[in-house]
Amino acid sequence: MSVLLDDAPLLSVDGLTRFYGPRIGCRDVSFDLYPGEVLAVVGESGSGKTTLLNCLAGRLPLSSGNVSYRMRDGVVCDLALLGEAERRFLMRTDWGFVHQNPADGLRMNVSAGANVGERLMAIGDRHYCNIRGSALSWLERVEVPADRIDDDPRGFSGGMRQRLQIARNLVTAPRLVFMDEPTGGLDVSVQARLLDLIRALVADLGMAALVVTHDLAVARLLSHRIMVMKAGEVVEEGLTDRVLDDPHAPYTQLLVSSILQV
Amino acid sequence: MQPRLEVSDVAKSFTMHLRGGIHIPVVANVSFTLMPGECVVLGGPSGAGKSSILKMIYGNYAVDRGAIRVAGEGDVIDIAIAGPRRVLALRRDTLGYVSQFLRVVPRVASRDLVAEPLVERGASREEALAKADALLCRLNLPERLWHLPPATFSGGEQQRVNIARGFIAGHPLLLLDEPTASLDAKNRDVVIALIEEGKAAGRSFLGIFHDAEMRAAVADREIDVTAFAPGVAA
Repeated sequence: MSVLLDDAPLLSVDGLTRFYGPRIGCRDVSFDLYPGEVLAVVGESGSGKTTLLNCLAGRLPLSSGNVSYRMRDGVVCDLALLGEAERRFLMRTDWGFVHQNPADGLRMNVSAGANVGERLMAIGDRHYCNIRGSALSWLERVEVPADRIDDDPRGFSGGMRQRLQIARNLVTAPRLVFMDEPTGGLDVSVQARLLDLIRALVADLGMAALVVTHDLAVARLLSHRIMVMKAGEVVEEGLTDRVLDDPHAPYTQLLVSSILQV
Repeated sequence: MQPRLEVSDVAKSFTMHLRGGIHIPVVANVSFTLMPGECVVLGGPSGAGKSSILKMIYGNYAVDRGAIRVAGEGDVIDIAIAGPRRVLALRRDTLGYVSQFLRVVPRVASRDLVAEPLVERGASREEALAKADALLCRLNLPERLWHLPPATFSGGEQQRVNIARGFIAGHPLLLLDEPTASLDAKNRDVVIALIEEGKAAGRSFLGIFHDAEMRAAVADREIDVTAFAPGVAA
């Protein structure tokens, strides 16, 4: 978990607010995310963490506030001002989005190799051998057996589908990855393996990640910083082990004290 | 000479919101310094706040007031007010911590866990693994265990992995929270030697040791934590 200092933020969020009619989705959320940094957003169901994630990733419009992103060329862009085509290009190349349910992030009716290769083609790679070679090496990296490259993910287990989704997202070496409960719904043994994989990949590739999870143990293992949300607002944030070892907000204390010990 | 660590007028309390907002003062007026090459032991009965002081210095516990200045690479950082990124950079380069219990990612081999802090400081993987193996060997951890995750190890074996992970990067300031509690005499002597070598190289140690022999062997001075009891006038 290496962190470089003295560089500019990759993502800057200022006063992000999203209403659903009169109801609050999330309100007045502000933070900076730096290259190589993993930020966990924790809170129970309905706390606004998924709304926040969807607003950041351009999947939901903001009611108010501002999200800016530093492009590869160093230019800082207001995401609301990007055209649809530019935003889609950013999503396909510089960003990744790992869904809780792999079926939402994979194309279930094409092969594992094509799922990974498709993102490479989106950034202009047209050479079949290169694409297949990259796909193979990524399948190996996420521990999907090479002889499954031509199978479609409908025949994969939940853990294998999730690892394939991760490979599909990381093959273009994105600088920012959004993850929505990436280990949710998996057996604990599969979870541990996936956590280890995500941790190693994030560290090796030096990318920034925003991980939404309700699981504080996942947050502790993966993240540098934690933001705790309740009823759409951030109630506490800080260094991950500070927030978990010395929680200040009543709601954070409730979350931490509710963890089951094994 | 500039102190490696300077703790000034630090106070810590907990407010337990789930217990009706009860306020529990832990320590107050904590002030001391630690020089390069020095090993200082925190003394006092259980519950006096020794571990809390280590956790405040490492940044796991927030402080109510005061300053905790650590001389890092080039500049002095006040942990009490430093942001998360600053604290993480300080932990990578300057500040290490050996906790009472090993808490790590499941399924990672012991030698990789031990090598990790050195890789984070920029060493090559081969170099870090070679050093990890040497340390595990020195701490008498059987070689057949090096490639296994420590989850199933005995308490003493886990603690040796923890110690190797703490010492490998040669941090200028290492915090030790009862690192030898579950070790036999032979391995305790290895830890004493590691601390002595560190001191000779100018590194500083701040520790909690319940074992009197261990204390006598490594401590240059002892700080009585009961002097920092809240409510006692400074």
